[in-house]
Amino acid sequence: MTTIVFIQPDGTRREVDAKAGESGMQAAVRAGVDGIVGECGGACMCATCHVQVSEADDARIGPREAIEEEMLESVLDDVSPASRLSCQIKLRPDLEGLVLNVVEVV
Amino acid sequence: MGIGRIAIVGTGHAGVQAAASLRQDGFEGELFLIGEETDLPYHKPPLSKTFLKDDVPQLQLLRPEDFYARNRVELLSGRCVSAIDPAGKRLEFTHGGVLSFDRLVLATGARPRLPAVPGTDLEGVLALRNRADGLALRAALPAAGDVVVVGGGFIGMELASTFAALGRSVAVLEAAPRILGRAVSPLISDHLADRAVASGIRILTGTGLAAIAGEAGRVRRITTGDGQSLPAQLVVIGIGVEPNVELAAAAGLAFSNGIAVDAAFRTSAPDIYAVGDVASYEHWLAGRVLRLESVQNATDQARSAAAHLLGRPAPFRAVPWFWSDQGDARLQMVGLAYDPDRDVVRGDPQSGAFSVFRYRGDRLLSIETVNRPSDHMLGRKLLAAGIAPPIAMVRDAGADLRSLLEGEPKTSARAAVVSS
Ligand SMILES: Cc1cc2nc3c(=O)[nH]c(=O)nc-3n(C[C@H](O)[C@H](O)[C@H](O)COP(=O)(O)OP(=O)(O)OC[C@H]3O[C@@H](n4cnc5c(N)ncnc54)[C@H](O)[C@@H]3O)c2cc1C
Ligand code: FES
Repeated sequence: MTTIVFIQPDGTRREVDAKAGESGMQAAVRAGVDGIVGECGGACMCATCHVQVSEADDARIGPREAIEEEMLESVLDDVSPASRLSCQIKLRPDLEGLVLNVVEVV
Repeated sequence: MGIGRIAIVGTGHAGVQAAASLRQDGFEGELFLIGEETDLPYHKPPLSKTFLKDDVPQLQLLRPEDFYARNRVELLSGRCVSAIDPAGKRLEFTHGGVLSFDRLVLATGARPRLPAVPGTDLEGVLALRNRADGLALRAALPAAGDVVVVGGGFIGMELASTFAALGRSVAVLEAAPRILGRAVSPLISDHLADRAVASGIRILTGTGLAAIAGEAGRVRRITTGDGQSLPAQLVVIGIGVEPNVELAAAAGLAFSNGIAVDAAFRTSAPDIYAVGDVASYEHWLAGRVLRLESVQNATDQARSAAAHLLGRPAPFRAVPWFWSDQGDARLQMVGLAYDPDRDVVRGDPQSGAFSVFRYRGDRLLSIETVNRPSDHMLGRKLLAAGIAPPIAMVRDAGADLRSLLEGEPKTSARAAVVSS
């Protein structure tokens, strides 16, 4: 189990215990975190699971695959280096304490 | 006058999105969401992708468990609607009970078509649409060394790659001359067929299923239309779906290959709407009446229908997109290719990552990509903006197609993806 934290644009914090193998998006939807819709079910087709992370967390998660990179570039006017698609973040035990900042998309 | 109660039949992608959008758009009345499945509403695409491979099969929920209560959506699971009375504005349940409504949304989806051959009732002959089907497939796999997939469509090819990856001997029967023949360009079809064959899948084209034979009630082999006999302990039927129109038909609603709806998703009966796999409509992009089967179509239609229903109509201009995962090939499609007369390749198919831009005259109809997500995303924006790249530019690997979008409003990027 990995505990991660979602922070809403208004600062509200929410800790979620992720199950092994879950993605950030799946954990968020299961727990009912506002602002993470996951419309395509994690297929990297919709960007409704967009989050922002700190530089340190970004490095912990590891580099984006091409498909995540392209999706982010296409939907955001301004891709900050901190942007990630949470459906592409597999929650491994070493990601304990990961902070995902919810960005309002929809 | 306000609307008191809205009932939605069907808890798939379309029905759930309709409920969510109605609340998001400010509907305050009673909202009933009725479905015959007993599970909380879940994503269907993983059923043919990850669901069979995961150690523990997990349903991926469409919305959090508490979404329904939080949004005052009365979710009636495990309830099948058996009749609609459009004049009396009531619906009836199979096991008794009635529900009156002011507006009704039909989102009953589709179900697998079964071939008219002997043996489809044998144990080990399955089709895949819902969780129960997925679990049945999982249960059948351990004893199935030889799997025959009937139909080389998206679900058939996805399942074939999954079975091959799980070490099964797999044969795909496709009656047409090529797999995915109606859905993609010949180039993509050939490429995906080559990849499938390279992963050990046998593809038999130009021949259908003649019969399924078994022993003691269990499937043992199949016979093809041209007389070949193949061993099979598992036969999966993937020859397409038929829309669940029985309810609508019995109620006298007009249909043409699906429940016929207008540009506002209204059926021929007042105050009854239809969305998703079950609805057929004149598509703005194709200019013809059609019925699409995709998550994007289901959710975008549901959003638009909710807006229309609440008297806030906006023209439906969502660009259709679709994806399919077959082994390590990620196919992405955007647009609708009706009567293309020219296919232009970008990238090198040999490299395993390329795109096909399909044109009619100088109009861009669709883009199909294999492992080239940037072309797919670009395609969503080009099609939303009505821009067709010059063919020479598409062919020129060095040309930056994104330059064509300069000057387009920035918001079009997001609108092309999350059309709300
Ligand atoms: C295995 C599989 C893989 C797929 N892969 C992809 C993919 O990769 N990408 C993609 O875009 N699309 C994919 N699709 C298609 C996509 O899932 C459908 O287009 C989508 O589910 C359509 O949503 P819907 O709500 O219209 O219908 P459905 O999801 O079929 O939902 C209809 C619901 O209505 C219920 N219902 C029907 N009649 C009644 C009644 N009388 N009373 C009560 N309830 C009723 C049904 O039980 C069902 O739950 C896939 C489908 C399957 C089966
Ligand atoms: S859930 Fe659709 S892109 Fe992440």
